[in-house]
Amino acid sequence: MPLLDVQDLRVDLPVEAGTLHAVRGIDLSVERGEMLCLVGESGCGKSMTSLALMGLLPRRARLSAGRLDFDGESLTALSERRRGQLRGRRMAMIFQEPMTALNPAYTLGNQLCEAFLRHRLGNRRQARERAIELLERVGISAAAERLAQYPHQLSGGLRQRVMIAMALMCDPDLIIADEPTTALDVTIQAQILRLLRDLQQEMGTAVIFITHDLGVVARIADRVAVMYAGEVIETALTQALYANPSHPYTRGLLSCIPAPGKTPPGSRLQAIPGVVPSLVGEVEGCAFRNRCPLVREGEVDAARCEHTPELRRLTGDHQARCHYAEHRAATRVAQPELSP
Amino acid sequence: MNALSSRGALADQAGAGPDTDIDTMPALELCALSKRYTLGGGLFKRGRALQAVSEVSLAIPRGQVMGLVGESGCGKSTLAKMLLGLATPSAGEVRVDGRPLGDAGQKALARHIQPIFQDPYSSLNPRKRVAAIVELPLRVHGIGTPRERAQRVAETLDLVGLPQRAAAQFPGQLSGGQRQRVAIARALIMRPDIVICDEPTSALDVSVQAQILNLLLDLKQEFGLTYLFISHDLAVVEHLVDRVAVMYLGRIVEEGSRKQIFAAPRHPYTQALLASALTPEPGLGVPDIGLGDVMPDPSNPPSGCAFHPRCPKAQALCRESRPTLTAETTGVSRAACHFASA
Repeated sequence: MPLLDVQDLRVDLPVEAGTLHAVRGIDLSVERGEMLCLVGESGCGKSMTSLALMGLLPRRARLSAGRLDFDGESLTALSERRRGQLRGRRMAMIFQEPMTALNPAYTLGNQLCEAFLRHRLGNRRQARERAIELLERVGISAAAERLAQYPHQLSGGLRQRVMIAMALMCDPDLIIADEPTTALDVTIQAQILRLLRDLQQEMGTAVIFITHDLGVVARIADRVAVMYAGEVIETALTQALYANPSHPYTRGLLSCIPAPGKTPPGSRLQAIPGVVPSLVGEVEGCAFRNRCPLVREGEVDAARCEHTPELRRLTGDHQARCHYAEHRAATRVAQPELSP
Repeated sequence: MNALSSRGALADQAGAGPDTDIDTMPALELCALSKRYTLGGGLFKRGRALQAVSEVSLAIPRGQVMGLVGESGCGKSTLAKMLLGLATPSAGEVRVDGRPLGDAGQKALARHIQPIFQDPYSSLNPRKRVAAIVELPLRVHGIGTPRERAQRVAETLDLVGLPQRAAAQFPGQLSGGQRQRVAIARALIMRPDIVICDEPTSALDVSVQAQILNLLLDLKQEFGLTYLFISHDLAVVEHLVDRVAVMYLGRIVEEGSRKQIFAAPRHPYTQALLASALTPEPGLGVPDIGLGDVMPDPSNPPSGCAFHPRCPKAQALCRESRPTLTAETTGVSRAACHFASA
């Protein structure tokens, strides 16, 4: 049984012009100890998905799900009180911006121990001992003195280390990390990612790692789910996804980053022309078809793309939401366009 | 290749003529440029000095792209501000076509150098229509009649790949990529020689980033533009630039051709930066780059080589004396390190 089993998750947000379908029927499963990367561009619904899983959606959002099970227990059926008992204890979250996620008015010690004490996992002394142990584990020197410090006294990299320690305080089964290294410099990012990966493997914690960076995904993920316009459009084991990307959007994403040693410097990059469709109101058919190179170049029967494709199994664990996922001519170079 | 021989090569191409001197002159030259800020302080209290940029010397040949990389707080943006006349250098000077910038007024400067900033959401006035935003530089300089200006706006929008209907729209009605095109149009309408691109694609999604990078390359070709391209994305820098300068704590620590920097980096900091760039290659894992993550305080920089507290190669000498930016032999980059790789 997977640790997290999600089927047909939907999140709707009322907006002025109607209803914004931010998440449009996502299936996800996360095994114990697994690192799943959710990857996609801004507005694809990846952050809304993470908030839905944590039970932290904005009040006006409406959530529905065919199944939303955590360790065999349905999250949708839980009372807010019971949900609160899971959050922080068995599911923890790491946010992008540690400066805004940490409370500037409380000491690190205070914030580190809060969840541990609230979930009654021990007394103050035990909480303090665990906090020191974890700060040391995430590479923070003079851990005992740090407990009395405030977030502004730390650099961005150190703050993100504190956030990781905080997420681990209650020894959770699942951590959701939403772009945890995006605000950091590259040298710091590499160190934080390495730390997160090491700890995750050492403690057997499952992690849902949300990012827009395909370089990061390649280096840390066990499995990847690519999102577009509120849907998962492709999911596979990491090696398989990079070796054999099957959705035209995934292929487009991979080819528009210059690859050192492969893309000749100064050459034209492949771009994905066009923009993501508006998710206000119903989206009919394949959400990517207005930007799809297969459709644009008449490689496939566009009429079929008017029908919404299912996320279907290609081989083993590899699934894609495209009628033409097996269409290999699609690997041909798409002509980049200037105008979006 | 040293500066002299590259000039010689350029002169040969240009042929001997009365204009040869100007052609071989770098489009943009930074001579020992420094910027010092004073933090805090008051009527009776002396503030602390923050040396944001220290003795930066760079020359960008006409029509080339110089990449400037480094982490946040290293002084990249302060450097850009001085080039745009938005900050006054504490020492040193900027030369455009061999003429010191200090002599030119802000307006004259704007005809030569234009910026493209990182965030197209905050760099465009949300209450002005696109046409007015793009036209503004012409109006400020009193160029053309309203009709001529409208014509030039239309041409420029076309140039950057925006539909004519965009002229009547507000920035809020455009996508991120379109907004960045508006910012590029505004920069180009003055027909500048030099464009300072300060992280021009880092606020954009990757699929849009590729479109903007293609556009920047096309425009460079078409108008022979010279770019200073500031970025933290090494894959993008490698794709776009001719030369690279690496900054750390206000100083250039390494400078060389794209090939030199990416194929044979000599400074340990450049080596760490390159090692920490995560290319989309599964199975490689996350590299251990062996740097401490304690960023030094720019208002109290470490003695000697400013990088020594994080440097895996640091020795006693590095704490005592600051290395100079040099290339010991031809064909290698200039690196400021006592123990630079050969």
